[in-house]
Amino acid sequence: MEHMLDVTQSLIEYTTLICITGVSISLIILLYRAIKGPSNPDRAVALDIIGINLMALAGLIAILLVTTKFNDVILLIGILLFIGTVALAKFLEKGVIIERDMD
Amino acid sequence: MTRINDIILRTTTTLIAFILLGFSIYLFFAGHNAPGGGFIGGLMTSAAFVLMYMAYGFRALQKILPINFRYVIPVGLIIALATGIGSFIFGEPFLSQTYAYFQLPVLGKTELATALLFDLGVYLTVIGVTMTIILTIANDRGEAN
Repeated sequence: MEHMLDVTQSLIEYTTLICITGVSISLIILLYRAIKGPSNPDRAVALDIIGINLMALAGLIAILLVTTKFNDVILLIGILLFIGTVALAKFLEKGVIIERDMD
Repeated sequence: MTRINDIILRTTTTLIAFILLGFSIYLFFAGHNAPGGGFIGGLMTSAAFVLMYMAYGFRALQKILPINFRYVIPVGLIIALATGIGSFIFGEPFLSQTYAYFQLPVLGKTELATALLFDLGVYLTVIGVTMTIILTIANDRGEAN
């Protein structure tokens, strides 16, 4: 039984490490797109997906550190990411973020 | 210029703004023994307000939410100061805090601390400062008419 628990624990650890490596590689590729991107919408989409990958990274590191205190942070990154992306999209589309009169 | 139809943004905003406000209240009350507290709760509440301002415009939100956020800052500061001064009544040093256990109707036995009132002051001040900054920056065009 003890042996089984050890095997499971090391399995989770190695899986998390492999996933962190994959997310890190995808972050580097996205960083290339955010820097090189020919147009501004390309950079906006790249930043959006960088934020999603950060959520994944925070979740994986929470698994690695065996804590539940990061769950609020993951939700927080998602919310701020959504608001930031909406603001960026409104700026690219209309030039103003908060309009005075929309009717 | 053609009119832009942003019904998807408005419909998602009506749903997500409530989730945001609920999450901010959860963060505000969880601050005692979990990550969270007045500062991040106030920031989340103002994030919900900013999302509603982005989706519905300035004029409509003034009708829905008729609060001048400049007056929220002194209210929060006065609450925070009053919790500090309130400890003088019991002959304790400035900003002393205490707690007690109460039997609440739904929640059962709950620990209520006076630090929550100080946190409420922080919460209101953060909402006031953030919304004042954002709305002051946003008001640059059409202010004269």
